[in-house]
Amino acid sequence: MTKTIDARGLSCPQPVIMTRDVIKDAKGGRITVLVDTMTQVYNVSRSAEKLGWTAGHEEKDDQFVITLEK
Amino acid sequence: MRTLQNLFPKEKFPNLLIGMDDGDDAAVYRLNEHLALIFTLDFFTPIVDNPYNFGSIAAANSMSDVYAMGGDVALALNICGFPKDMDPAVIVQILRGGADKVIEAGGILSGGHTINDDEPKYGLAVVGFIHPKKVLAKQGAKPGDVLLLTKPLGVGIITTALKAGRAHADHVREATESMQLLNKQASIILREAGVHAMTDVTGFALIGHSLEIALHSRVLLRFRAGDLPFLPGAADYAEQWLFPGGTADNRQTYERDVRISEDITEETALLLYTPETSGGLLAAVPKNKLGQVRSRFADAGQSVWVVGEVHEGHGIEIIG
Repeated sequence: MTKTIDARGLSCPQPVIMTRDVIKDAKGGRITVLVDTMTQVYNVSRSAEKLGWTAGHEEKDDQFVITLEK
Repeated sequence: MRTLQNLFPKEKFPNLLIGMDDGDDAAVYRLNEHLALIFTLDFFTPIVDNPYNFGSIAAANSMSDVYAMGGDVALALNICGFPKDMDPAVIVQILRGGADKVIEAGGILSGGHTINDDEPKYGLAVVGFIHPKKVLAKQGAKPGDVLLLTKPLGVGIITTALKAGRAHADHVREATESMQLLNKQASIILREAGVHAMTDVTGFALIGHSLEIALHSRVLLRFRAGDLPFLPGAADYAEQWLFPGGTADNRQTYERDVRISEDITEETALLLYTPETSGGLLAAVPKNKLGQVRSRFADAGQSVWVVGEVHEGHGIEIIG
């Protein structure tokens, strides 16, 4: 099941906090996070990677879609 | 600011000792051969919940530029933006916090200006004085100097954690006390010891402000990560990756002139790129003055840390 976190319009560290709150309860799976900037892509991705998730991202219509998997 | 630089060239304004092209925080203007004026301002949105503490932190932060240049505070004016419906008692607390800090600095608060603003903002415009030949700029650090830091790092990530509702009250209290501490005593001790170069650590983080000294002095500043002091909680919040957006911005701006050894964790490295508020002074001091400086700080009841040294070379190096 894919869960989507919409963190658009929020500044750091809010996207990281929202992502980690979801990761904490999920043993594995696929999570999509929507953010506005590359800084947020980096912070969300690195903080998830630290917890054993893999992270990828693509740019779509001036926003970024991060895909986290474990 | 770079686009404005050429409008006010020093050749045209010989009394402008420090202007836009010096990478320094404040302007310095020579009044006569014995006296120069330091002029600076800063203001920001609330970073702690207690209004008195916010006022006092904002004032200490605004006056810090004067101390970083080795001067003394003379006059200050309030710069305020407050929402129309804000409780007047809260405003009074903010202004009182700022005024008490100006009194502690030995300056005079003599007015100010307030506008309506959706989000509260507070700070000071500050005038200080200094002998024109004793201005401490960012050039002047010499190989062999020791690097001293007068406040621990970490208030930036702690206040970010506070905004996110994730900070422990004890951590916030220590960060608040650190931000409220005036850089006055530290500045006096360091200038009396013949400091070669000095700056205060604020929005560009330890690395950004250090790099300004390194580039202007044409030297390498080498820090030992294990000797850098951090406030309690900073490492925990870094572990939780609660970095503000400014951390990544600073890294992008400065990283090409910075070498960080591989045994240093990414979290520690990022803390050194994280903006600080009302941070301490970073000073390059002749090694033979270290004993004198340490004992003067101890006498004043204030802390000082030896965090690295100056070498021939370029940029910043962080070793484990």
